[in-house]
Amino acid sequence: MIRTWRAARTHPTLRTVAAVSAAALLVSGCSAAGTGTKSGSASKPTAFSALFTTENTQIPAELNRLAAGECKAQNDALPLKIEQTPSSNMQQKVQLLAGQDALPVLFAGGNALINKDGALQKSGQLVDVKKALTDLGVADKLTPAASDTIDKLYGGGVYPTIPFQYNIEGIFYNKKIFEEQGIAVPATWDELLAAAAKLKAAKITPFTASGKTGWTISRWVGAYILRDLGPDALKKVADGQAKLTDPEYVRAAQAVADLGKAGYFVDGVTSVDYDTATANLLNGKAAMMYMGSWLLASINDPKKNPLGDAIGFMPVPAVPGGSGSIDQYPANVGAPTAISAKQYSPEVGGWLKCIAENYASGLMETQGAFSGFKMGKPVANVPPLTQDLQKRIDASTSTVLWFEALFNTKATGDASANAAPLLTGAMKPEQYMSLLQNDLSAAQ
Amino acid sequence: MDRVFGDKKAIAILLGPALFMYTAIMLVPSVWSLFYAFSTGNVIEGFRPVGLDNFRKLLDDPIVPTSLRFTVTYALVITVGQILLGLALALFYVFVLRRASALIRTLVFFPVVLPTVAVGLLFSKMFAIAPQTGPANSLLDLLGFGATDWFSTGSKAFWVIILMDLWRTMGFYAVLLYTGLLDIPGEVLESARLDGAVGWRLLRHIVLPLALPVLISSIIFSLNSSLKVFDSVVALTNGGPGTSTTPLNLYMFQTSFFYSDYGYGSTLAILITTICLTVTLFLFRSSRRDLTKG
Repeated sequence: MIRTWRAARTHPTLRTVAAVSAAALLVSGCSAAGTGTKSGSASKPTAFSALFTTENTQIPAELNRLAAGECKAQNDALPLKIEQTPSSNMQQKVQLLAGQDALPVLFAGGNALINKDGALQKSGQLVDVKKALTDLGVADKLTPAASDTIDKLYGGGVYPTIPFQYNIEGIFYNKKIFEEQGIAVPATWDELLAAAAKLKAAKITPFTASGKTGWTISRWVGAYILRDLGPDALKKVADGQAKLTDPEYVRAAQAVADLGKAGYFVDGVTSVDYDTATANLLNGKAAMMYMGSWLLASINDPKKNPLGDAIGFMPVPAVPGGSGSIDQYPANVGAPTAISAKQYSPEVGGWLKCIAENYASGLMETQGAFSGFKMGKPVANVPPLTQDLQKRIDASTSTVLWFEALFNTKATGDASANAAPLLTGAMKPEQYMSLLQNDLSAAQ
Repeated sequence: MDRVFGDKKAIAILLGPALFMYTAIMLVPSVWSLFYAFSTGNVIEGFRPVGLDNFRKLLDDPIVPTSLRFTVTYALVITVGQILLGLALALFYVFVLRRASALIRTLVFFPVVLPTVAVGLLFSKMFAIAPQTGPANSLLDLLGFGATDWFSTGSKAFWVIILMDLWRTMGFYAVLLYTGLLDIPGEVLESARLDGAVGWRLLRHIVLPLALPVLISSIIFSLNSSLKVFDSVVALTNGGPGTSTTPLNLYMFQTSFFYSDYGYGSTLAILITTICLTVTLFLFRSSRRDLTKG
């Protein structure tokens, strides 16, 4: 080594080669360092650019409709330009764009990036949506329920997302099958188990879910925790006051594992994808599915739902002796959609105002779905199940967050990836909760 | 030619661009990755040093032992499978099919050129139980064993991955070993036969020792590529169920790019590099001795 180095010092050829290598190191090193610095300076936008996940079809469709309709003037001033990327790449893409000062006007930032302690929040790259709407004189268009959910989700004091959607979660079920089997809507967990046993005995699959989209299973764990331990149970875990490995939390994973052990879920649940899982419910192959109200878009689509009005909705039943209430629905405001502070301009404000005034009624009219905005005009011919859910949202006194709402990205990923093994018995409930707690503890 | 290689400037011109590219694409990211292993952060807030924290995390991480066990088991099983199947096919080409082996060789080699993702999809459908029952489960049903969910546990999914990767790669090793067997002089084989060495004795005492250099190369190829397995697992199981079929390479990718933990991801990369380097050095050292002396 020393000999080579000496040779390099004295040998002109090797010296040249060494110089080239050093230059390469320097050039590459500089470029790599550049990714972490704020080198560029964002200019005002030339388009109302929006980055959504590929899976999200609802928001782009409604924004496109607004651009051609109620928000045409705003679109002429600042044309809408939508880009979509798979949700698995979104977090990385947003980070890289933020690192290069190249964020679009709207973007689907992950909750971990935009919450009170999130990197984008701390670096001042986000618009406070509520403040912006107040400045525009349309803050009253936000529904109190959406604001309540955002407060709980992002830690209070910040309002980093446009509530393009408002969803509650519960169990969608096949009313026809329930009637045929003489099953009343279960009000308690024991009644749910009895209903599942009766259905299985009649050779009907009680529950459908997707092992490939594991949150369709893990949400059952969260729902049981909220019914059993009360609405603050998951907040306590996030704050470090309780652990998922505590026996009362493991009890929830055990309850869900027991459903799997009893054979109540669809065969081959590990390999079932999201579309197949929902099709199982909408084609009458399974009697129940835990899902959010965004499923209404499929339920209200006759091509996807041949059963029509046979699909009903019920809250997750009460756990006997539990401190949670059956009226508390896990709620969310859809995929987070933040506004880049550096891209905010009067034209963007114009778009935001138009969205606040027109988005909700348009979404209800064309897709039968809810948003976190009040409807600007009444909508006729709302399907019965949509009306039912609207009444439940209006009547609900308080909402709770879903299972992974306050988890970090790793815990969210593991909760989903390991949900099917929990159900099939390949993973014990203690292991499942311990894995998630490890992920949470590592980040605390 | 001697004049060209004697000219130092010519050497610099010929070597410089390649060295520049190698430095920029390989060395710099490697050194940079080493730096990340001692830091934490992201591209928005920047990185800050954390000393040995990432290495301590490596020791405490419950997924690392599972992942390491999967990687090593996979590498050993797949290497043994690839070499044995490759050798069996090569012997079949040389001693049974002889000159008529071209078509069979092409057919067996065909999966090598198929995209891994396509092969992954093919096998996931073949072993599926939902939404449709695949041919493998239909066959089990027909034989009275009953269909099973091949992807519900890590142990079952492991064997599907092994089967898929052996089918996908055995053609390559067959051709590699076939070329080695072709190099064995015909007269050596002829004289061995005259001395009464046929069948297993011919293979054990003549063919294998003479094909040992290419056999060692195949083992090095196989072990190194299987220790770094990534695409076939992603295409077939994506590391699931849970993390039971997650090799270290996939875990490193998920840690860095899904969970944005570049520091810990780099630490995992160092672990993988160390394992590959150790195995390669061990194999090189073993193969350095004179192989003709047995």
